[in-house]
Amino acid sequence: MADIRVVEGSEAVALAVKACRPHVIAAYPISPQTHIVETLARMVADGDLNAEYVRVESEFSAASVVSGASTAGSRSYTASASQGLLLMTEVLYASAGMRLPFVITGVNRSISAPINIQVDHQDTISLRDSGVIQLYVESAQEAYDMHLAAFKIAEDPSIMLPVMVCMDGWVLTHSYERVEFLDQEAVDRFLPPFKPENYLDTANPKTWGSYAEEDVLMEFKYSIHKAMTEGKSCIRKIMAELTALTGRDYGGLVEAYRTGDAEVVLVAMGSMAGTIKDAVDDMRREGKKVGLIRIRCYRPFPYEDLVAAVRGAKVVAVLDANVSMGSEGAVGLDVKSKLIGRPGVPMVIDFIAGLGGREVNSTAVREIVDRAERLSSSGLPPPEAEWLDLNPAIVP
Amino acid sequence: MPKKPTGKTESLFVSGHRACHGCGLALAVRHILEATGSNVIVVSPTGCLETFSSPYGFSPWRVPWIHHVFENAPAIASGVAAALRAQHRESTRVVAIGGDGATFDIGFGSLSGMLERGDDVLYICADNGAYMNTGGQRSGATPFCAATTTHPAGKTSLGKTERKKDLPEIVAAHGVPYVATASVAYLGDLKQKVKKAMTLHGPRYIQIDTPCPSVWNFPSHLTLEMGRLGVNSGLVPLFEMLDGKISKVKKLRVKVPVIEYLKQQKRFQHLVVKEASRGSLMAVQEQADRNIEKYKLMA
Repeated sequence: MADIRVVEGSEAVALAVKACRPHVIAAYPISPQTHIVETLARMVADGDLNAEYVRVESEFSAASVVSGASTAGSRSYTASASQGLLLMTEVLYASAGMRLPFVITGVNRSISAPINIQVDHQDTISLRDSGVIQLYVESAQEAYDMHLAAFKIAEDPSIMLPVMVCMDGWVLTHSYERVEFLDQEAVDRFLPPFKPENYLDTANPKTWGSYAEEDVLMEFKYSIHKAMTEGKSCIRKIMAELTALTGRDYGGLVEAYRTGDAEVVLVAMGSMAGTIKDAVDDMRREGKKVGLIRIRCYRPFPYEDLVAAVRGAKVVAVLDANVSMGSEGAVGLDVKSKLIGRPGVPMVIDFIAGLGGREVNSTAVREIVDRAERLSSSGLPPPEAEWLDLNPAIVP
Repeated sequence: MPKKPTGKTESLFVSGHRACHGCGLALAVRHILEATGSNVIVVSPTGCLETFSSPYGFSPWRVPWIHHVFENAPAIASGVAAALRAQHRESTRVVAIGGDGATFDIGFGSLSGMLERGDDVLYICADNGAYMNTGGQRSGATPFCAATTTHPAGKTSLGKTERKKDLPEIVAAHGVPYVATASVAYLGDLKQKVKKAMTLHGPRYIQIDTPCPSVWNFPSHLTLEMGRLGVNSGLVPLFEMLDGKISKVKKLRVKVPVIEYLKQQKRFQHLVVKEASRGSLMAVQEQADRNIEKYKLMA
């Protein structure tokens, strides 16, 4: 009998982490991540989860504790959000560089200032270049499933990098959804115990975190890049295994929704995709050829899947819940950089949308589609990123 | 024929590293590891030790050693200790060895967290009183009146205007079982303290005075002499605290005036040559006298 329950997204994540049998969990509170680490703490307190639970004094130390534990050969986990993820930044770069395969839940929340605790993707996008693999999820179910995949991806000998599962704060962490859980034996078969080739071992002492000069540093950095780019095939393989295990389709690094004959293709990440899919269905009923590409794996960037999915489209509209100040949104820049120079590619227009929890509803999605169509048929070059739903009256 | 045992074990921190001539820190590390034995994992923050001991492809470390970033050695050590507990490998002990910049300043929050959590880590601070790895900038451990590159002596300056942070007392205030100070000038005492710390569990702290010929600017064959003068002047009191109470001090046979210590180091030359600095010189002497009184250093 399948174990199906209606649970809070945070609980789904905690249950996934528990099923992965981590040795070490480090926790520092920040909204909206708290329910995840509180649920794990209860599991430890009740004896349901046999893990070392380290209550640290900052996110900097949370990331450091899991780095130390990972180096010592233990499967390790932490979670954070927003400012906490930024505080971890230096540690995460170093941990990717030292090839430490722990898992973090990156609960998406806006970045100060102004201080705000609502969802956008500025926090995790700021870690884009760190060498941490990033998976973005749309639902509590996907959050559960992706945490199982995350440990397996991280620990694959060909990858050995931290993996961050990015999930929208409140929208996913605090809403209740139907989630189907795997039994422990199935998870154990999917994810065997962590047995790294290298770890801190007195019988075989090794030196970790060396000083590297200009004669080898580029090669170190390239090896991380290569583990990511070549790792895409490994991630696809693990996603296919997960699909077979769960019966839910995780076949790709992107999810292409009704893009087959689409003239307008929207691109988005995270829970926003749910609203967009509804809007796409509505517009399809009206005869508009619209589709959605939801990027699940953002780093490494799955440009092959993306290029294939936009073939034949007239215009691509990217919804970026982040912005690189003075330029455009990160996903828009990625999409453009991978399409430019290819024959017959569609115009790409970037929309900055949903910052600080600003609602992106189906009316907004329709507006994006209208504006994208108008701009692409205007004969003018693509504009710089359009800020959706901006109120000019209150811009100083 | 089997070799006769020489009674000497192979060093766990071997030669060939890139420390400066006369480095007090390198000497300290070799003797620390002699006292801990080989069943340890060593964690170091960024600093001189990391730089001179880990050029990629070479390593003097004969124990597992990890450097991560500058301000997180205590948390890395906590993570290693947690993993060892989870794996039932607790017989392997965790030792962190970092400089004063990493310990007093940038890693202080991380250190305090580790101490408060009671993690089973021996944290050793090799204290040379400034950021030597970057050329001798002021740290929270820089002594009163010492000139540093970011607080130099000058026409209107007599160097550092603040006192050295009293980290052993701050560590002890966390309620940890063992705190000690040591000096590379007294290696027997240093090793005995490391051994003692290794018999205990929970967070333990040892602060070792490690004179730096390169930045204090004295001839490199005088490292131990400089350490001795520091101790015997009262400026570097050596003591041991068990559960927050002083349990042992190193008594001074003869009290050395601070000027004997200061005059041999360029970082204090302005106190020696400037008439205007007489007051500051007296203040340094008073500080030494206060230490002698507080720790009852005179035999």
